[in-house]
Amino acid sequence: MNEKRRRRGDEEINELIKSLYKKMNLLNLFVIALRSLNKNKIRSLLTMLGIIIGVASVIAMLAIGQGSRDSIESQISGLGSNVIMVFPGATFRGGVATAAGSAQSLEMDDLEAIRASCTSVKYISPVARSNGQIIAGSNNWNSSIRGVFNEYLDIRNIEVESGSRFSETDEKRASKVCIIGQTVAENLFDEYTDPVGEKIRINKIPFTVIGLLNEKGQGGMGEDQDDIIYAPFSTVQRRMRGDRQNISQIYISAVSEEKIELASEEIDELLRARKNISKYEDPPFNIRTQTEIVEMFTSTSNTMMVLLAGIASISLIVGGIGIMNIMLVSVTERTREIGLRMAVGARGKDILRQFLLEAILLSLLGGLIGAAFGVLSSRLFVTIMDWPVTVSSYSVVLAFSFAFIIGVFFGWYPAGKAARLIPMDALRFE
Amino acid sequence: MKEQDQERKKIISVSNLSKIYDMGAVKVHALRGIDMDIKEGEFTAIMGHSGSGKSTLLNILGCLDVPTEGKYYLDDADVSHLNKNQLARMRNRKIGFVFQTYNLLPRTSALENVELPMLYNPDIRRKERKDRAMNSLELVGLTDWSGHFPNQLSGGQQQRVAIARALVNDPVIMLADEPTGNLDTRTSFEVMEIFQELNEKGITIALVTHEADISKFASRNLLFRDGKIRKETVTENIKNAREELEKLPPEDEEME
Repeated sequence: MNEKRRRRGDEEINELIKSLYKKMNLLNLFVIALRSLNKNKIRSLLTMLGIIIGVASVIAMLAIGQGSRDSIESQISGLGSNVIMVFPGATFRGGVATAAGSAQSLEMDDLEAIRASCTSVKYISPVARSNGQIIAGSNNWNSSIRGVFNEYLDIRNIEVESGSRFSETDEKRASKVCIIGQTVAENLFDEYTDPVGEKIRINKIPFTVIGLLNEKGQGGMGEDQDDIIYAPFSTVQRRMRGDRQNISQIYISAVSEEKIELASEEIDELLRARKNISKYEDPPFNIRTQTEIVEMFTSTSNTMMVLLAGIASISLIVGGIGIMNIMLVSVTERTREIGLRMAVGARGKDILRQFLLEAILLSLLGGLIGAAFGVLSSRLFVTIMDWPVTVSSYSVVLAFSFAFIIGVFFGWYPAGKAARLIPMDALRFE
Repeated sequence: MKEQDQERKKIISVSNLSKIYDMGAVKVHALRGIDMDIKEGEFTAIMGHSGSGKSTLLNILGCLDVPTEGKYYLDDADVSHLNKNQLARMRNRKIGFVFQTYNLLPRTSALENVELPMLYNPDIRRKERKDRAMNSLELVGLTDWSGHFPNQLSGGQQQRVAIARALVNDPVIMLADEPTGNLDTRTSFEVMEIFQELNEKGITIALVTHEADISKFASRNLLFRDGKIRKETVTENIKNAREELEKLPPEDEEME
């Protein structure tokens, strides 16, 4: 028993020693490969150049793509949280289509029904659009006016910097009150006047400013989001548009991001039921969700990104072919060296590993330098061109591992060629 | 003397060795049934014209090639049927090569060149590798030149680095293929002086040459012709390389 155990222990130790030797052999190979790369610095650098450029461009292109995608996403998320929009559809009058949204198919009753029965809906608000000349004292400005419910501010994540929001009575009585954006305030009042409580006239109708919005900046399409006036829906609808029934747009917020789809289905079902429209007919209304809009824009930028990364990876592959070329030349040039190495005891395997390791080291080193260049140039795009650029760690890892794979792939053929040399012939090679 | 010879160990033992190169249409008989031994401590010169089969024999003795027929025992091990990797291991552990064209790695220091065979022997650690390489360089008198690149060394010095490299793995036999072929007379004698010194220290050497005066430095001559040993002679008056060097006119005169 004991004897057996001891023998097994010895075997384990032998195994350990063997594996240690293997490691040392690998270490030696590392020394060999590093030495020979070091001996040919210029050649090594030139070989790496292709990989450097490839990796750098992959990282920079992915960073640009990712950056534009991120900026689009953030701009669209500026729409609000979990937003669903419902528009009336187009109508046909005698076979002639009118503009989308012109149908008079959405009414206040529809809105109330959605609020009452769609459980995935959190906030709902109609939107009535108008625009006009705004006068305050001796200043005047032209801006767009939106009639909305108080909830609209929650849907769009609009915050009031000073003053207050609308009250329920404002909506019921169609009060002549408004909340103005920063641009409007700047153009109507001097910087020493607090707009809140001031009187302004919109299309000659006197309004009281009850709130000033937080600055929101430029929107996704380049529009000024601060050049806006909000008033109660009923005020705009009745006093400015002279309409009592039809709603030109409904903004809805779903309870959560996951419920956007469900909410949109609920709304669709409800509206179809109310208007006696079967599932297979085109409804006289359109439902758009925020996710759809995001998808629409990101699909464009995705295409761009794939295209850019594709071009960049081609340059990586070209870099890999460069490595293969130089390695092939190097194998021919170093035939005698290979012969000598074999004569002093290198096996084919050792030669294969040496050249493979050289190729891998070249591409890894090139990948490292390329990654540094890629990150650096992405930073330059940000500072010099002011492009939205996001360097993601995954792109660095991706480009780096791609470079490694290319090193192995394109290093294999020349290394194999070197390993198959016959020592005698290689030694005599001129 | 004879009895002592009997006791000596056979480093190399070859029997009925043949090598046929199949060139498609013709079959070239490079070696036709060679029988020979090389005993420990011998300094053998293998003579012959080009095409006599001496290089083929050296390649087989050096485990760079395998015989078509016959047996070859190296240090008591049958190596006639080893595979490529086993041959590589034999070359690494048992053989030291010296070539006509030195075959040093360019842009590589003398020390690193000497270290080379040990890089393929995982049993040798880094520290030991350097120590052994330095010892080896000391044996050929190049301690001060260890950091120099081959292009900074003279032909003779380069060949001495190559000899140091051949010695470093502590081989059972050193095989030299025309080691003086690229050298002038003086340098040739210098190299032969080193071979003789090493031989005196007990290192077995086999040397291929076609120069008769070089073969006079060896203790034993094998004359090859048409793939066969034609004549075996024990050198009566072994020339001493050091004495021969002194006989040469002074270097300065020679330069003129």
